Amino acid sequence: MTSVNQLVAVSLAYVAFLFAIAFFAERAAARGQGGWLRSPWVYTLSLSIYCTAWTFYGAVGYAARSGMEFVTIYLGPTLVMLGWWWILRKLVRIGRAQRATSIADLISARYGKSNLLAIVVTLMAVVGVTPYIALQLQSVTLSLGAFAGPSDTGALTNPASAFWVAGGLALFTVLFGTRKLDANERHSGVVMAIAVEAVVKLVALIAVGVFVVWGIAGGVQPMLAKIDASPIGTWQIDKSRWVALTALSAVAFLCLPRMFQVLVVENDDERHLQIAAWAFPVYLMLMSLFVVPIAVVGLDILPAGSNPDLFVLTIPLAEGRAGLAGLSFLGGFSSATSMVIVATLALATMVSNHVVMPVWLNAQGREGALVSGDVRNVVLLARRASILMILGLGYLYYRFSGGGAALAAIGLISFTGVAQFLPALLGGIFWRGASRWGALAGLIIGFVVWIYASLLPSFGPDAAMSARLLAEGPWGVGWLRPQALFGIEGLDPTVHAVVWSLTLNTFAFIIGSLVTFPTPLERLQGAQFVNVFELSGQPREWHAAMATSEDLMIMAQRILGADEARKLFREEADRQGIAGHLPEPSQAFLQRLERELAGSVGAATAHAMISQLVGGASVSVEDLMAVADESAQILEYSSQLEAKSAELTRTAGQLRTANDKLTALSVQKDAFLSQISHELRTPMTSIRSFSEILRDTEGMGQVEKTKYASIIHGEAIRLTRLLDDLLDLSVLENGQVNLNVETGRLEDVLEKAVITAQASGSGALAIKRRRLNEAVSLSTDLDRLAQVFINLMTNADKYCDAEHPQLDVSVENRDGAVCVVFFDNGTPIATSERDLIFEKFARIDGTPGAGAGLGLAICREIMTRLGGDIVLDPTQDGNRFVVILPAQAALAAQ
Amino acid sequence: MKRPLPSSVFLERRSYRRRRMMDAVRLLPIFAALLFMLPLFWPTAPDTPEVPVSMSTAVIYVFLVWLMLICAAYGLWSILWSARPVDVPDPDDSDDGEVA
Repeated sequence: MTSVNQLVAVSLAYVAFLFAIAFFAERAAARGQGGWLRSPWVYTLSLSIYCTAWTFYGAVGYAARSGMEFVTIYLGPTLVMLGWWWILRKLVRIGRAQRATSIADLISARYGKSNLLAIVVTLMAVVGVTPYIALQLQSVTLSLGAFAGPSDTGALTNPASAFWVAGGLALFTVLFGTRKLDANERHSGVVMAIAVEAVVKLVALIAVGVFVVWGIAGGVQPMLAKIDASPIGTWQIDKSRWVALTALSAVAFLCLPRMFQVLVVENDDERHLQIAAWAFPVYLMLMSLFVVPIAVVGLDILPAGSNPDLFVLTIPLAEGRAGLAGLSFLGGFSSATSMVIVATLALATMVSNHVVMPVWLNAQGREGALVSGDVRNVVLLARRASILMILGLGYLYYRFSGGGAALAAIGLISFTGVAQFLPALLGGIFWRGASRWGALAGLIIGFVVWIYASLLPSFGPDAAMSARLLAEGPWGVGWLRPQALFGIEGLDPTVHAVVWSLTLNTFAFIIGSLVTFPTPLERLQGAQFVNVFELSGQPREWHAAMATSEDLMIMAQRILGADEARKLFREEADRQGIAGHLPEPSQAFLQRLERELAGSVGAATAHAMISQLVGGASVSVEDLMAVADESAQILEYSSQLEAKSAELTRTAGQLRTANDKLTALSVQKDAFLSQISHELRTPMTSIRSFSEILRDTEGMGQVEKTKYASIIHGEAIRLTRLLDDLLDLSVLENGQVNLNVETGRLEDVLEKAVITAQASGSGALAIKRRRLNEAVSLSTDLDRLAQVFINLMTNADKYCDAEHPQLDVSVENRDGAVCVVFFDNGTPIATSERDLIFEKFARIDGTPGAGAGLGLAICREIMTRLGGDIVLDPTQDGNRFVVILPAQAALAAQ
Repeated sequence: MKRPLPSSVFLERRSYRRRRMMDAVRLLPIFAALLFMLPLFWPTAPDTPEVPVSMSTAVIYVFLVWLMLICAAYGLWSILWSARPVDVPDPDDSDDGEVA
């Protein structure tokens, strides 16, 4: 018979072997050769920590007591894995996007990085998992006891051995899991060791199963016959338990902190999930395949009263197969150790990130994030202390629960405890309306109901709860009996606890979410979680300018370690294109840094640390959200403003043009005044001089008198003409003119004008006409029209500076209107002056002549009165005045 | 979320097949739950005059269903895996049927 000492030696050798595997795996990963470490098979095997010592020993005991019901514990996870597309896919994506370090981290991140929620989840997880840890202690202690001979039985089944087992496991976990602080909470070494342990426990259980079926029963058919002949040979289930336990195990698979650790945190590649979706059910099926045969054979060959939880060990021992029994022991030991390592690591991470670190940061005060020194030591210390504390709690539970309960019952209590996370978790990833207060209310109510209806009664009557309280309820209130809440009796205690705790939890969660209003950060995170497949990137903003890269560097070094931090900062500096090691503290960099820190200390703590340096990001988010509603209005308002501003610009341009014109006119007017005074003064001067000569000169001859009188007369006519012109213009402008409409021919009008013009002109101008086109009948004020023509001809005569001045007069039909074109060959009027020549008193600078600058103004006034127009066509040589005759005047004549 | 305008209402045969396979992946757990809950309708020993189902039958039923579901999941996975487009990292980011 194998002695206990030999077993302990084998166990220690096995642990050393696991250490070696973890060590080489980590070294390979550090060298970048760890591709095989990240294979989907390692991922699948690491999920096997679901199968703990409870599975290894407890499932057989469960089957021996309750038949096929044990299988529900594996059907639930199978359903979850087969349904990976519904929940796990989203959970893994969110966990990776948010760099969640634990289930508490994920839930707190979802509800606005609330540390309160993280603490509540952490405490619940610690309390909920404690029975589970106790279960592992109990199974290892029991299995050691099974090997003990009659001589040392007493020494090994007492709590002292459980204490040593707990101590050994604690040491093992501390050495394994907290040798260093991983940047992203991934433990490639631990995962590899767990994968090896998964293989060991599967091989051990199958070996025992094969031995039982072919070695003892003698094949498959005899085995089936044996099953039917056994005490559990007929189909006997409690239907409510079948449904409730399948659901409960499915929920626990999602909510157990250690399962979250391997499913989400240690996940390297989302595609691994798709392989694990069928590979892990294979593992579960193989683990449960031989459970019923082992139970049946155990019931058959072992003496009545043997503990069915130990059949896996005691059958080989009874058959004298010491080697098989040793393998089986190692399988059970593997199951217990792998579960304890991952569960305590996951819990210790939660405790250090969500309880110790925030408290420590607060104690450090405002400058906490800036104090020099390596914060990693604090984190590691916190984790080691947490591991000891958690195993200590497990040991205490083992002691006080009496260590006698069936393994399966303890496991189910634990499952129900962690299942309380479900509403907050699923609500968080599928319902944007889920709020922090709702989650908190649900968690607390579910937890209280669980403690009251499941955990406390599990210690047995008169341990934590008096037998009277169990039977009659507190203060004799019947409907508050812990195992018959609201007066519903006859339910199985587990089903009762599951149904009531989850129902009240969900109810409180929904009501709480419906009546409270989430903070902006919560709403942003909610949108990021629920729409994780549509959204990428973080809309949250830090006031980047308020942090300096040096501060950030100091903080990052303390959390990530100097090398890691320097590497991160250098990479970022390269990405920003900055020479040197310190990048600009841009938005993108701060968000990246926060995620990196969250990988080490959790989202809530990382957020708090960055807030300390950068200053109230949450305030800025709230501001942003408040502004978001207004910004749409502001946008609309500003576009209106833009339109108005454009209009104002246009008006201002028009005003400027008008002002320019007015200024030019004012200048012209000044010029005219001097011109007109000159024009008036010159004839007046000669009139005065000659009249003085006539008055004062004695003995003037008649000839001379006539001559002087003629001069005076001529000047007087000139003055009169000038005054006539002014009067004419004034009359025309004021609209007081009376038009004398007659019917005539354009030809005749032109003829008259030419004669008049040539009579008064210098005679140098040659006027050419095309009489053929002039045969147009008119009905208008012919005299006024002639005045316009005369004026144009006289102007050409006066101002045309060509060597042989020439004026072409032609009649054109332009857009249905008859136009008379006067085209001379003089110097073209400058472009700048074209706008002004039709204005009153306009005189072109530098031109000779005595005009007052009224002629063209009068022409335009006349044409406007007649309903036509006069324009100056732009030309390269000469000037081309076009008189557009009133349309109805020409038409009426035709 | 902004959606790109559908270029075509109907997909080519290959994508269509892939989407139907994704539908099967989604329905598989529901189907599995139904099969696993079927034993609830079996007569149980104390409260029925009929011959209760024997334990060996129950064991064979549960493990056969289990094996069949695993084979179905494996089959669907291998179809989707071989048909996955090279440039798309995840086969099922869009969660609707005809038009993405």
